Order: sequence, then C-alpha cells, then structure tokens
Amino acid sequence: MGANLQVRVWRGGADGAFQPFDVPRQASQTVLDVVTHIQRALEPSLAYRFACRVGMCGSCAMTVNGVARWTCRTHVNKVAPDGRLEIGPLRNLPVIRDLVADMSEFFDKWAAARGSFVPTRTRREEFALVAPDSVARQQVDAAIECIGCGVCYSSCDVVTWNPAYLGPAALNRAWTLVQDVRDGARAERLAAVAGDAGCHACHTHMSCTERCPKQLSPTAGIAGLKRAVAKAALRGEL
Amino acid sequence: MTARADTRLWLAQRASAALLGICVLVHLATMIYAVRSGLSATAILSRTHGNLAWLAFYSTFVLAVSVHVPIGLRSVLAEWLGWRGRSRDAALIGFAALLALLGMRAVLGVFG
Repeated sequence: MGANLQVRVWRGGADGAFQPFDVPRQASQTVLDVVTHIQRALEPSLAYRFACRVGMCGSCAMTVNGVARWTCRTHVNKVAPDGRLEIGPLRNLPVIRDLVADMSEFFDKWAAARGSFVPTRTRREEFALVAPDSVARQQVDAAIECIGCGVCYSSCDVVTWNPAYLGPAALNRAWTLVQDVRDGARAERLAAVAGDAGCHACHTHMSCTERCPKQLSPTAGIAGLKRAVAKAALRGEL
Repeated sequence: MTARADTRLWLAQRASAALLGICVLVHLATMIYAVRSGLSATAILSRTHGNLAWLAFYSTFVLAVSVHVPIGLRSVLAEWLGWRGRSRDAALIGFAALLALLGMRAVLGVFG
C-alpha cells in the first residue's frame, strides 16, 4: 500500500491530548489493526479495549475522526481516504485512560431501565410458544441484536445535554422486553423508562439509528416505548 | 417530577400539538381570505364582534399555545441551560399563565 497513515491517538484522561504516530498502511487494515500496531510496535503503554475482533463482543468502540464506530469492523480506507486518522475514546462517558472509556454508567442505565428478563414460568412448566410471525416477536427480532458497544450512547446529543437520560441502548433493550410476551415486569419497566430521563427525552434526532453498527433502530424502539407508556398512562396503569 | 407526571405533560404536549396543527391551518386560511378579500379592520371587527364560534376557536387556539409552549420550553431550559426542578416548573407555570392572559385579553378585545 505504501505511504504511512498519520494517526493521532488520545492519551491520558479527560484532560489528556492527542499524540501523533506514523503507522504503515496495509491492505484491508481496520482501525483496530492500527491501534494494535501502535501498542505492539510504537507505544506499549497505550490502553485500549478489544476482545473478539469480529464484531460480536462490542468492546472496541472508539471515536474515529469524530464519529463513534466499532473499530474492528471499520476499514481504514473507508474512514480515512486521505490517510489521516484521529482516534479517541467514546464521547458521553468518562475516560479511564487513553482509548478506554468507563462503561459503568452505560450498563447501570440498562439496569435502571429494567433491562433484565423477568420470567413468568418456572423450569417445571412447558416452554412458552411465541409465533415467529407475530408483530411483537418481529419487533423484538428487529431490536434484539444489540452488542452493547455504546456507539449509540456516544452519538446521542440528548445524553450530552441530559446526563440522566437512559440512552438509546438501554431503552432499546427495555423495548425488546416490553414486546416479550413471556416477560412479567411490563408495568414496572414502563414506569422505569417513562419521563424526562427516559423515552420522553428522545428528540428523534436518529443519530443512534444512523451510527448503530448492527443497523438497529433504537429510535423506533423508543417511539414504541412512548406509545406503550402513553397507552398505560391513559388506562391508569402507570 | 414522577414518571406519571412527565408522561401526562408529554401527552398534553402531543394533544395540544394536534390541536395547534388544525388551529394554525384554519388561522392561516382566515388570514389569507381576509387579506385577499381586502377586508378593512372595521369589516373584520364587525364579523368577530359577538361571534361565539370565533371566540370558541381562538380561545382554544390560545389555550393550546399556553399548554404547548411551556412544556417544550421545559426541555429546552433543562438541556440548554441546565435549569431543572421546582424553580423551573414554577417559572413555566407563570409563563403559561402569562401566555393565556395576554392571548385571552387579545381574543376578548377582538370579540368585543
């Protein structure tokens, strides 16, 4: 491929700075390959996070040239045709060090949105039968493939403006459970996701939907939650 | 504010928006009709004075604005100025009352 990539990588915590590196350009090179090269060959103290390298685990998300992306599936030639890369930690989350963001609040909000399935049957009962072509099941299918990478949370302006906002991923998770006919905590979950820190804070900017590497639409799920919450409120069930 | 109160505010804002959608269309059509017909202020006032349908329509318009605008401002104040809590809500209740007062004053003035 020739020519080196001019890469600037965030170093330090919130008050850190970008450090420049020259990285050899290679065919089919991903942004994660670039970061790994820097750590292994140029700067062993660089902190970053990854695991599967194949777009399943959701741990390698970073801000690449200003946009949150999963770095293992982001090809350099797609995001840096001019050979310049600026790589930083995810926005909207505290920086631990270098490219590692603290995901605690992101996952705490999944718990706050009642993101855990609450069963209504025991193991001694028959399996629940859910028709694959039912509307609820299809809506779950459309939203269930979230890998928890935090790209949507990092891309959401409402999270920036309203730090209490649960965010697209947690609300998307809640939506899959609200649509799950086997779940037994619908009322509590709707109460947990309603209000100024929940689905009603969403302005439908759709940054989450545009940036989701799995092509999910948290915006659609949040709109569904707004409808479900409104119906519950009108029935006096909220 | 509780989730229930927030949800009610959200519903009130959506319902008032639906109402405003109709009100704005009727209002614009009326304005265009009045201007294109070359009606004078006196001619317009002669139509609005004592007209109960006109009073009901514009009262609905003003009250929908008084509900809709402060709820929208509530989010704007929180997100852009970081102003949350009771002081913000009290100020917005005052603003809603001001909008209703000024609007109804104008409506009643034109009604006669």
